[in-house]
Amino acid sequence: MKDKQKNLLGFEKPLAELYEKLDELKKVSSAGEMDMSEEVKMMEKRIENMRRDLSVKLSPIQIVQIARHIQRPTTLDYVALLLTDFIELHGDRNFGDDPALVTGIAKLDGQSVIVMGHQKGKTTKENIARNFGMANPEGYRKALRIMRIAERYNKPIISFIDTPGAYPGIGAEERGQAEAIAKNLREMAELTVPFISIVTGEGGSGGALGIGMGNKVLMLEFSIYSVISPEGCASILFRNAARANEAAMAMKITAKDLLELGVIDEIIKEPVGGAHNNPEQAATYIKSAIIKNLKPLLALSHRELIADRYNKFRKMGIFEEQ
Amino acid sequence: MSIHNWFKRKKAQQETAYVRERLDIPGNLWVKCYKCNQAIFTKDLEDNLKVCPKCSYHFKLTAAERIIQITDPNSFKEINQKIVSKDFLNFTDSKSYAQRIEKSILKSNLYDAIVTGLAKISNLPVALGIMDFSFMGGSMGSVVGEKIARLIELALEKKAPVIIFSSSGGARMQEGIMSLMQMAKTSAALGRLRENSLPYISVMTDPTTGGTSASFAMLGDVNMAEPDALIGFAGPRVIEQTIRQKLPPGFQRSEYVQEHGMIDVVCDRRQLRENLSKFLRWFDER
Repeated sequence: MKDKQKNLLGFEKPLAELYEKLDELKKVSSAGEMDMSEEVKMMEKRIENMRRDLSVKLSPIQIVQIARHIQRPTTLDYVALLLTDFIELHGDRNFGDDPALVTGIAKLDGQSVIVMGHQKGKTTKENIARNFGMANPEGYRKALRIMRIAERYNKPIISFIDTPGAYPGIGAEERGQAEAIAKNLREMAELTVPFISIVTGEGGSGGALGIGMGNKVLMLEFSIYSVISPEGCASILFRNAARANEAAMAMKITAKDLLELGVIDEIIKEPVGGAHNNPEQAATYIKSAIIKNLKPLLALSHRELIADRYNKFRKMGIFEEQ
Repeated sequence: MSIHNWFKRKKAQQETAYVRERLDIPGNLWVKCYKCNQAIFTKDLEDNLKVCPKCSYHFKLTAAERIIQITDPNSFKEINQKIVSKDFLNFTDSKSYAQRIEKSILKSNLYDAIVTGLAKISNLPVALGIMDFSFMGGSMGSVVGEKIARLIELALEKKAPVIIFSSSGGARMQEGIMSLMQMAKTSAALGRLRENSLPYISVMTDPTTGGTSASFAMLGDVNMAEPDALIGFAGPRVIEQTIRQKLPPGFQRSEYVQEHGMIDVVCDRRQLRENLSKFLRWFDER
C-alpha cells in the first residue's frame, strides 16, 4: 500500500487519507486483536469508488499526468504481459542502437508478429539510459529496418507509442532526425502487412507519428496524443509554460477528443485510476483490442492494406472549400 | 485565374504594404540588408532576385515573387486556390484562430500558407507548390496538407514532376493533432509519386523546420536548399534548452546540413532556375 500512496498524483491526494485508514485497519486486523476484514473490505471498496469518481471527471491536464506517470507500464512491460517468445532486435545497421525505441519479434496468441515501441524508464537511472523515451534518428531507422523484415516475411506489425517526442539534440539533427521520420512516414504508408499502432502513454508529435501510421490507431483511455506538448504550446502561444493547463484543453489531446476528431479508431479502457494501478488488467484489455482489430486486417490483400492506410490518412484534415 | 489578380488592389492594401515592409522589402527606395547592413537601392535588390549584392543574403520571397522568378512567363495556373482553414478546435491564444486566419488572408493576399499549381520551367511542365512564410509563419495545417496531397495526385494524373519550395516553421499548433496528420498525408502521397517514378525536387528555403522538414521537405529525389537557410527538425532554441549547451557555429544552416548528408545541392537563388531546368531536363529524358 505504501507504494501506491507514493505514486498518487496531486489531484489524487484525497485518496491518501483513505489509504492511511486502510493501513491502520489492516494493522489492527493482522495483530489479531479484532476481526476487521469486513471493515477492510469496505475501505477497499471506498477507495475503489473514489478512484472511479476521480477518473470520470479528469481534466485534460490530469490525464496528461496519468499518461506520464512514472509507474505507467512501458512497452517492454506490455510485451512481457501480452506477447510471448519475444526476442529483441537491435541496431539500425548504420550508426547504432537506440535504447529509447525497442523492436523485436514475438508471438501474439500464437500469431508471429513484429513489435516495436518507445521505451521509457521507471527510475531516473533507467530514464537516463532510455533517454526518457525520446528516440534518435537511429531509433526510427531501426524501426524501419524491422518493418521491412515484417513485410518480407508477411508478419503483422504492432507499435506501442509512448514518447515525449523525438529527441531534440545536436547529434539527432546532424544525423537527420527530420529525414528519418519523414522517410518512415512515406514507407509506413506503403507497408504490405497489417499494422496496428497503440498510444499507451504520451503520443509526442512527430516522434510518435514516426512509428504510428497503423491501419488502426488505438489509444489507451488515459493517454494523450498531440502535435506539441501542452507546456511547449503554452510557452509558444501563451508565452508562459505555466499555462499548460489551458493549452492541454485547447489542443484536444485526450483519447475521447481524438476519437471525435476521427484521428484514432478506438479507445482501450484502462483499469480504475490508470494502467499503473493494474498493469495485468491493462494488458488484457490491450491484447483483446489488438486481436479484435487485427482479425479483419489479416483477411486483406497487400494492395487492400496499402489502400486502406492511404485512404485513412488521406482523409485527415478539416477545412472549407469556397 | 492569372497571377496578375494577386497584385490587384484590395481592401487591405494599406496593411499589406506595411507588413511587407516589416517582413523584408520596404516600400521606400532603399533597404538595409539584414546581414551586412549595406544600404541597397530597392530596384537593384529586386533585379538581383532579392539577394543582397554585397553579402548574398537571401531575402525571404513571397509565393508570388517566387513564381515570377522561377516559372516561364504566364505559365503558372493556380489550382485549389480557395481552400480555407477552419477554426474547428475553437482555438484561442492571444486571439482566436478564426481571427488569425482572416487577418492573415488580408495581410498576405493568400488563402493559406501555400500556393499550388501547374507551370512550365524552361518549357517543361511541373506541378509546383510554393510555401509563403508571410502566412502564419508558413505553418502546415489541414489546408497546406490538402493542397500538397492534391498537387501530388494531379502530378500523378498528368505524369508531371513535382517541385515544392518550403518555407515553414512547422506544424500549425492551432489545428492541434490535425496538423500532425498532414505530415502523414503529404508523405504518403509522395510515396505514390515515387512508386510511379515521377520525380520530386524539394527546395528548402529559410526556414524549413519541424513538421515540414520531418515530412515532405526532406523526401526529395533531389533535396536542394538556398544558402544559409535554417533547416532542421527541432528549433535551435528548443535544442539549446534541452541540452543546455551552446550550438556549434553554422548549426542547422544549409551548408552544415549538406555537410551532414541531408541536402544534395545548396544553390544560390540566382542559379536556381537554371539548375531546376537542368534537373527537369535530366529527368525528362527517358
